[in-house]
Amino acid sequence: MSYLGLNLMLNLGLPTALATVAQMFVITVNDLDLSIGTFVSFVGCVAATWLRDAPLLGYAVLIGGVAVYALTGAVIYLRNIPSIVVTLGMLFVWQGLAILVLPKPGGKPPGWLHDLMNFHMPYVPFPIVAAIALAALVHIGLMRTSYGAILRGSGGNPSAIGRAGWSLLKTKVVMFALAGVFGVFSGLALVGLTTSADANIGKGYTLLSIAGVILGGGEFVGGRVSPIGAVIGALTLTLAGSLLNFMRISPDWQVGAQGGILIIVLAARAMIDQTGRRTV
Amino acid sequence: MPGPSVNIVRLVGVEKYFGAVGALTGVDFSVAAGECVGLVGHNGAGKSTLMHVLAGTLVPDKGQIVVDGLQRQGYSALLAQKLGIRCVFQELSLCPNLTVAENARVLHPGIAGWGWRKQAAALIRKKLEEIFPGHAIAPDAVVGDLSIGKRQMIEVARAFTTTKAPLHLVILDEPTSSLDSHTAAQLLDHVRRVVATGASCVLISHLLGEILEYSDRIVVMRDGAIAAADRASRFDRDKLVTAMGGAAASKMRSVQERAAPRGTTPVCVRARPFARSDGIELVAHRGEIVGLAGLSGHGQTELLLSVFRGATRRLPGLEVTDPVALIAGDRQSDGIFPLWSIAKNIGIRSLGALRTGPLISSELEDQFAVRWKKRVNIRTADMHNNILSLSGGNQQKALFARALGSEAKIVLMDDPMRGVDITTKLEVYELIRAEANAGRTFLWYTTEMEELKNCDHVYVFRNSRIVADLRRGELSEERVIQSSFQEAR
Repeated sequence: MSYLGLNLMLNLGLPTALATVAQMFVITVNDLDLSIGTFVSFVGCVAATWLRDAPLLGYAVLIGGVAVYALTGAVIYLRNIPSIVVTLGMLFVWQGLAILVLPKPGGKPPGWLHDLMNFHMPYVPFPIVAAIALAALVHIGLMRTSYGAILRGSGGNPSAIGRAGWSLLKTKVVMFALAGVFGVFSGLALVGLTTSADANIGKGYTLLSIAGVILGGGEFVGGRVSPIGAVIGALTLTLAGSLLNFMRISPDWQVGAQGGILIIVLAARAMIDQTGRRTV
Repeated sequence: MPGPSVNIVRLVGVEKYFGAVGALTGVDFSVAAGECVGLVGHNGAGKSTLMHVLAGTLVPDKGQIVVDGLQRQGYSALLAQKLGIRCVFQELSLCPNLTVAENARVLHPGIAGWGWRKQAAALIRKKLEEIFPGHAIAPDAVVGDLSIGKRQMIEVARAFTTTKAPLHLVILDEPTSSLDSHTAAQLLDHVRRVVATGASCVLISHLLGEILEYSDRIVVMRDGAIAAADRASRFDRDKLVTAMGGAAASKMRSVQERAAPRGTTPVCVRARPFARSDGIELVAHRGEIVGLAGLSGHGQTELLLSVFRGATRRLPGLEVTDPVALIAGDRQSDGIFPLWSIAKNIGIRSLGALRTGPLISSELEDQFAVRWKKRVNIRTADMHNNILSLSGGNQQKALFARALGSEAKIVLMDDPMRGVDITTKLEVYELIRAEANAGRTFLWYTTEMEELKNCDHVYVFRNSRIVADLRRGELSEERVIQSSFQEAR
């Protein structure tokens, strides 16, 4: 397989992996973020317009987006509302904002972003290096640091963490804010690759990111997640898309076929889990 | 070091209400430095609520909390930690997705920075070795993969670990409920050692023997208030039971002999643990109460589960003739439906009988619930209340009602009486006895010797094998312990 081929195939894996990591933070605290896809679209639209024309405004809007994510986490914790409800609402908010920012497909990302995403490294394609760096960074942050243990623990047994004197509001806000940060990175990476944006650019990312987390060994409840697995899961899903192209499956059938692959892979994972448990 | 007369903690006139129910109605309670206070009472007497107040996880509606001689405003879990007060709650509070070491870190904000994992692992390993020599728990094991007994050992050991904050008081709420007698004794001996160094302990247990043997002072609670408090030496078993307001303790010992000897009724369960060809086969005849004994975690639960599966499917080495119902040991995770009412929780196993046409009849369901509320004496105003509004013992009664109300002819019990008070136990024993006489068969895994005395036949488990088969006449504590520990001949 050639350098260029790998690069092409895995290029779109990086924004997917970033969105998947964002979703993983939310899943760690037993919530689900349905709005990540439209948030990525929104970030993409901002990046292709304001970030180039009025950088200060652009950065402020992106930081504001992260703040809204943190606020969402706080609302979910304080009002004890199911995250699905709140993030479903946010899905439409981000979608609407994206259309407001960029009513028609178009725009252009800032030059540095385009250069960064199309950076050609010698020998090893950039997406692979970036994915490894991403997995390592998040793994160390969430799985190896002492506060990471508290964050994961607040998904495993929230009352135990609360009784030990930790703030559950803080863990929730930190996790949602991190989801916002990685959602921003995902939108930037996506627009850097596609060179123009559209209000529906990240639409598929909500389901893709959830599937990536689960595929990578995460579980919906109980704080059991794996950052390395999530990145691999996201890349696998991207490759599954390319595979269908290679197999010359008509685009009409590709979305359905991708869903089929997903079911098969997830079923295989569940079976491996079961046999693993039986031998313990 | 403070003298024995100095109070570590003093609660004055503490009141706590949940809705209209008074869980604590004006309690004065104190713990002196260097003493072990035994706290007993029925389920629902307010022991756990009192301990939650002490640990700062519940704010009382009224009353003062005095720690180290200072009245504390805004007392919280964080402050309690800082003041050296630790609590092992009845419902386990470890994070199942974290490793043993990471769980230790949760309690110690001071363990951070480079090498924190090693630090935390060393801390918990050392304490486990100190309390439970030969425990075989790896600090990097994920807690969720460990048995409930091991989890309890970790939780207890974690409460005794110290870093920066001093350790003044450890509250142990039913710490031995999931431990076998050997590890329970290790733990209680450790409590005495800690108390000897000047720290204090509050020990809550339904095993009155433990309380009498290991505490300096005993406090008896009843209906949210303190019913009696005195030096441990002034109490004995009967006095404690009387103070709790329960049935006479002597009743416990007189179990009538059963009329039907083994073999007069047909066999309804025949099983070998893990389909092994060695060891003894478990046989249960109709109408028998069969006990599964031995140290906890030696294959008893697995056997019950395989019998449960065997009732609907053919499995090798297993013969089950009738429908079965299982009463789970871990009622929080395997027993109750936490969002449902008591009535729905009881009726779920009998939906077939509670239908009109294809739909569930709420009328029949209510009748069923009221009938079983009377039968097992569930203490609630309304069976439509949420199941979590009941105290632990009453939740367990609801689970018994679920199983006994069903059509199941065989009832499997996975040590369901953990942390249940004596009155409830006696009620349930009688119920079981009556149901057995009516032709039901019981397979009863229990870690308590007293309960085995209710059984017609006892099988002792060791390393997933049955190593002894004792008839009622042959049963004695010595024989069970002997078979649990020694190699089979």
